[in-house]
Amino acid sequence: MTPGAKRFLTMLAFISPWILGFLGFFVYPLLLSLYYSFTEYNLLQPPKFVGLTNYVNLTEDSHYLNAVGNTLYFVVFSVPLGVLTAFIIAFLLNQQLRLRVLLRMIFYIPIVVPISATAILWMWIFNSNWGLLNNLLALIGIQGPSWLGSPTWSKPSLVIMQLWLVGGSVLIFLAALQDVPRALYDAAMVDGANAVRRVWHVTIPMVTPAILFSLLTGLIAAFQTFANAWIMTGGGPIRSTEFYVLYLYENGFRFFRMGYASSMAWILFGAVVVVTVILFRTSARWVYYGGEG
Amino acid sequence: MAIIEKLTTGPAAQGRTVQTGGSALGKAVAYLAGLIAAAAFALPFFWMVSTSLKVPGDVFISPPTWIPWPLQWQTYPEAWTFIPFFSYTINTLQIAIPSIIGILFSCTLTAYGFARIRAWGRDVLFFICLSTMMIPWAVTMVPVFVIFKNLGWTGTYLPLIVPNFLGSAFYIFLLRQFFLTIPMELSDAARVDGCSELGIFARIILPLSKPVLATVTLFEFNRVWSDYLAPLIFLTRQEHFTIALGLTYFLDRDRPLWNLAMAGNTMAILPVIIVFVLAQRAFIEGITLTGIKG
Repeated sequence: MTPGAKRFLTMLAFISPWILGFLGFFVYPLLLSLYYSFTEYNLLQPPKFVGLTNYVNLTEDSHYLNAVGNTLYFVVFSVPLGVLTAFIIAFLLNQQLRLRVLLRMIFYIPIVVPISATAILWMWIFNSNWGLLNNLLALIGIQGPSWLGSPTWSKPSLVIMQLWLVGGSVLIFLAALQDVPRALYDAAMVDGANAVRRVWHVTIPMVTPAILFSLLTGLIAAFQTFANAWIMTGGGPIRSTEFYVLYLYENGFRFFRMGYASSMAWILFGAVVVVTVILFRTSARWVYYGGEG
Repeated sequence: MAIIEKLTTGPAAQGRTVQTGGSALGKAVAYLAGLIAAAAFALPFFWMVSTSLKVPGDVFISPPTWIPWPLQWQTYPEAWTFIPFFSYTINTLQIAIPSIIGILFSCTLTAYGFARIRAWGRDVLFFICLSTMMIPWAVTMVPVFVIFKNLGWTGTYLPLIVPNFLGSAFYIFLLRQFFLTIPMELSDAARVDGCSELGIFARIILPLSKPVLATVTLFEFNRVWSDYLAPLIFLTRQEHFTIALGLTYFLDRDRPLWNLAMAGNTMAILPVIIVFVLAQRAFIEGITLTGIKG
């Protein structure tokens, strides 16, 4: 055996746990899911092949279309607002603040807390009569809505809560900001650029890779939002927070329509792939990699 | 993915900052804005603890008492028995400990293969490994459930534990980044001395990697402690529930007892905050050790 072949086999031996996991928990389930998506399957009887029926039925399922709409709403508002919030916080943290380590921790801790605890806490914050938010609004003379209890405000409520969970992106932006060479700011100042111009022409272009990364991970997560709505609203009121994965979960694990749920899963997979590809394709135009080592 | 490398090895991880330039007034404004933002982020936690220390009657008054007096500490023992907190904690540990062992076993081996053995096809495989992080879990949720159901494992802890013995892309990445920073000469010298690859892994690389192993341990503990979806899908009996799953029982009535719910929340959150503070140190130590790289 050649040394190259021996090295290859040694490497395979070392990475074999992952290879087994990859085949067993990604490749096989993905193919299985694709197969199920063309079947009717309730776990009790063997899957029955029905062709494209599930996909066709989805296009006529008003609850499904409603879930798609809710999810798009959540994605469109929570992701850009989240990226913006994270950037602003990271920018402030980067100004050599005192207590920086403590502050960084405060922004990060919400995302290490169990999501169920976060959901319960925010249900209480959004409580229409005695919750934190409406109490604060009352201080400035505003009578707050019933938040999670109102079909109009339920989605904005979940978007607001999502902004509390931007700590991961804050760290990513902080890392990117610290990589911006000091010389660029000095040069901009010599050229007479004020603070706003320095942010616009130096900081933002230099952190575009972090923006891309935050957008991408944020989008993928927002498409799959589940536990918050599942615990806090159960998809209500009047299905106003029934998100894609919530509806998928209900079909799969409540009604045991595994085939139908699988076709939803594959459409979601397709959507994520398309969004990822589009983001990467367009990124050549707005992401600047010059600062990367 | 370069950004993750920056995150794990860059100055941010060490808590340094770089000035962006600006006036003293600008600094003061930024400082004030930073403090206000931090206060806004901390306020929910304050509200949680404040509510947990109120008598039930004081929970439902407006405007609220921000700092209740006297503090009702007995809410905590009440919350502790309102849901079987102790058994839920033990259940969670029964999942967390084997999961950590599984992760340490599978991810160190895999990361070693990706970091320290130069072989044909390695980089392609590593790229595939990284890209699995992008696949929505909702896509594999149904078939993975069916697989475990057919194995007769649903309703046990096995679906929550066994996958950890087969690698996890995030930890593999983290460990690989660390292993890359250990000088190759150490391995070469050991190979010349006739040490096997497994020997190098166990006797040279692992002992040098204690800080990153600690980080992975704490991260994985936090993940299991906080996980909601997998226990929801795979655990069928209430006496098997984890903390994260069991917490929702505080809501299981028409009008939740918010002081009890918030005490339960506080108790569930405390371990992860402790772990996070520890992890932050382990994290930074692990990274400072690799400072020689750059």
